[in-house]
Amino acid sequence: MLTYIARRILYSIPVLVVSSFICFTFVSLAGDPLGDLRANPRTTGGIITHLQHVYHLDRSIPVRYGYWLKDVFTHKFGVSLNTSQPIWPDITRAMGHTVQVILIAQLIALVLGVAVGIFSAIRQYSIFDYTFTTVSFLGYAMPTFWLALLLQILFVDIYLKWHVRIFYTSGLNTHGSATWSLDRLQHIALPVATLSIVSFALYSRFMRASMLDAINTDYVRTARAKGLPERVVIMRHVFRNALIPIVTVSALQFGFLLGGAVVTETIFTLDGMGYYFIQKLGQSDVYAIMGYLMVVAVSIVLFNLIADILYGFLDPRIRYD
Amino acid sequence: MPEPMLAIRDLAVEFRTEDGIVHAVDGISYDVFEGETLGIVGESGSGKSVSTLALLGLIPQPPGRIVSGTAMFKGADLLTMKKRELRRFRGDEVAMVFQDPMTSLNPVLKIGFQLCEAIETHYPKEPNDKVKARVIDLLRLVGVPNPETRVNQYPHEFSGGMRQRAMIAMAIANSPSLLIADEPTTALDVTIQAQVLEVLKRVQEETHAATILITHDLGIVAEMCERVLVMYGGKIVEQGDVHTIFQNPRHPYTIGLMDSLPKLTEDEEWLRPIPGQPPSLISRPPGCAFHPRCFLSQGRLPCREQVPELRSIDGGPEHTSACHFAEELIGHHSKFSPGPVPSGGAV
Amino acid sequence: MTEPAPALVDGIPATASFDVTSAEGLELEARSQWSYARQRFLRHRLAMIGLFGLLVVFGAGAFAPWVAPYTFDQIDLLNVLHPPTMAAHHFFGTDEIGRDYLSRTIYGIRTSEQVGLAVAVIASLFGLFVGAVAGFYRGWIDNAIMRITDLVLTLPVLVTLLTVSALLAGSGGGGQWTITFILAGFFWTPIARVVRGVFLSLREKEYVEAARAVGAGDLRIMFRHMLPNTLGPVVVNGTLAVADAIITEAFLSFLGFGIKPPTPSIGSLVAGGQQFPQKWWLTVLPGLVLVVIVVCVNFVGDGLRDALDPQQRRVRA
Repeated sequence: MLTYIARRILYSIPVLVVSSFICFTFVSLAGDPLGDLRANPRTTGGIITHLQHVYHLDRSIPVRYGYWLKDVFTHKFGVSLNTSQPIWPDITRAMGHTVQVILIAQLIALVLGVAVGIFSAIRQYSIFDYTFTTVSFLGYAMPTFWLALLLQILFVDIYLKWHVRIFYTSGLNTHGSATWSLDRLQHIALPVATLSIVSFALYSRFMRASMLDAINTDYVRTARAKGLPERVVIMRHVFRNALIPIVTVSALQFGFLLGGAVVTETIFTLDGMGYYFIQKLGQSDVYAIMGYLMVVAVSIVLFNLIADILYGFLDPRIRYD
Repeated sequence: MPEPMLAIRDLAVEFRTEDGIVHAVDGISYDVFEGETLGIVGESGSGKSVSTLALLGLIPQPPGRIVSGTAMFKGADLLTMKKRELRRFRGDEVAMVFQDPMTSLNPVLKIGFQLCEAIETHYPKEPNDKVKARVIDLLRLVGVPNPETRVNQYPHEFSGGMRQRAMIAMAIANSPSLLIADEPTTALDVTIQAQVLEVLKRVQEETHAATILITHDLGIVAEMCERVLVMYGGKIVEQGDVHTIFQNPRHPYTIGLMDSLPKLTEDEEWLRPIPGQPPSLISRPPGCAFHPRCFLSQGRLPCREQVPELRSIDGGPEHTSACHFAEELIGHHSKFSPGPVPSGGAV
Repeated sequence: MTEPAPALVDGIPATASFDVTSAEGLELEARSQWSYARQRFLRHRLAMIGLFGLLVVFGAGAFAPWVAPYTFDQIDLLNVLHPPTMAAHHFFGTDEIGRDYLSRTIYGIRTSEQVGLAVAVIASLFGLFVGAVAGFYRGWIDNAIMRITDLVLTLPVLVTLLTVSALLAGSGGGGQWTITFILAGFFWTPIARVVRGVFLSLREKEYVEAARAVGAGDLRIMFRHMLPNTLGPVVVNGTLAVADAIITEAFLSFLGFGIKPPTPSIGSLVAGGQQFPQKWWLTVLPGLVLVVIVVCVNFVGDGLRDALDPQQRRVRA
């Protein structure tokens, strides 16, 4: 198992390197980090030239890439080209917020999705099944940004009409409250709801399909032929097998969402990874963008690996040697 | 004539599908006596598996439906009892071995666990170590080498033949009175087939269970069974003890089956398959289901219009046939009979 | 009246003497795989609803100049920010400079459907080609292609989009077709994967060996024997890709990185509406149209999957 993990990590390094180079090239070509400064009439030519030299912007792209790579290891991704602030603290802060939001959202979506999926499969063709299948179908089809806006509008309206504030629609905190306070919960309630709904749709559909696959297998027939009560058949034989794909899918989802749910964070102005990315993209802040991209790439690779390990753990047929 | 242990009367099962209602089993009746081995022979789609699945309530009820029939087992009707009652019989008095051992065992649970489960469901009070010891004994009985180690392995670590042996062990774990084996060797290689059949024989000797052996292989029937039912198109077309059926078949389908087998001691130029296709179970033509392929029928009216009844032939109630013109087959000896060898053949 | 007994020769019965297949009930209707699939598709209720919905919505978009009550940039400063009403056909209300929202939405649909369909077609064709080559020839070609698809998967859509747009900034970049090609550049990978999978499994099948034994060349084998088997999954994936492409384009436009005004786009409509959260129709209605499109496409995709996948055995309860 350990050799497998080591091998996987080793294989991903070249992919990461190549993709980082391509991304770096793209980002550098896409815009000018000093664009804002240039546009500012108070900046002198001297300042621009100086900055260009300090940030190596006067060299070719491969050379700049080399400098960036060095900064990654020596200075923890270096310093933002626009704000001259170190990047790493910014990213870790944004990551913390994103993790808080998606952890809660995924947990809710997973628990509800699995439960609904199980019941839908057991009571196939019932009213419950049809209702929830339709609901998750719709949830799956809704674009995230629309759903987020919908929720935002609904609650802004309520507030303005009745002057009652239940949920906030932007930001992470009103000034002065702590990370784990009621105030924070009020702020992240709507973004969490948005993310949960979409994930819930995915998980419940998946779970239902997975359960149905398992229910129609020969080994379930054998279990029934042995005289096991239906409840035991479902929980011990069907569920245990149906769970395997869900676990891997949710691990992959989590890794993917760590890149920040860009849309949700933008609409609700949450200081998370997605929001950070969009801001920096607008400013063509090469180092910050690269910092973000590398963190995201690594987490995707990591969670892919975790998903595979979990799969091997749950399914004895898979053994990595 | 002793009382039958299992008496099935007028069992009919249908399935609703996109294309119509499939009459999988169309009113069959038969008995199973204690300790005997009954073979059920037929092509795919003849209804042989469905009839036994219905006994244990293993037919999924939305598409499937037991239209009619009774199945009296030791005084209780298996077809009309409540699910909870039926569960007490499953795996305890009546046990089943399925066709494909690859998919019939849960891949994520250990073999030992699945066998212990079979016992613990019906005898929850038994202490764990006793159950485990019995499981190891069972595995040894069916010929699984190193049962102490094997018991902690997963199904994918067993070969096909060993898996089927484990399935058999699971089925006899609670010493059932009736063992139903649904094509137990079809998915296995021929050499492994022989071994598994050996195991079945040994198991029968140990447990004195009555066995229903479902197969499409006449060779297996000849080797293992005392009585035989031949099924076609959801109905029983002939029934009798194995010697009679093989030597004096009295139904054109049975004769066709025998004839289509190549025989080593004869000099045949051509194989003789039964012409035509099995009937559609959705749109049944009137009359006998076999008549379009029947050499005896010649398109005669009764065959085309009336469904033949299963009736006694050759005097005894033990040999029955569902053919309007079964009498015309009297005197016919199949190639398995010890009678005069057809000319041209070497003995 | 009984008919004479059939002849038994040497105790061996003569074979059946009349045509078995014409006996009642045994007629087999030979149907080609495609007509069978078409029949199954037409019977699928949800797919039919989806198809109808799509025809209505996409049709409105395609025939926008005739269907929309106004042009998308017709300004009416007297009717600013009007909620939806029956008056003057402003069924979707008006925006902040009095443009009829329904018309703008319809033109937005037109853009979306153009992008969606184009992306799906281009991605499908390209994916089909690449997947076929990878699956058929295997070896280093397959490896190379697989590594490329991995790489494409790690590239972030936004960054690539920005770059290409910026590079083309001189020639009016950020236009509809730039977005289309970039999206197609991302969407071909799942299709290539699927096609490759089918080719890999078919390669080992006996009929390919048989065809080769008869002397068929590579191209003929690929086209005649293997490609038809991929059409099912390709069609299904391609259809679902239409919905994905439409949503992605809307999302990009919403963030401001996609199709920029004045070309109408549903994403930018919704983004614009964000400034007036009280005027709910500005954000909700275009998005609703999007939801309808996606749901309909998914219905149709499901129906196609049912019709084209021979493994499915659906039993109506």
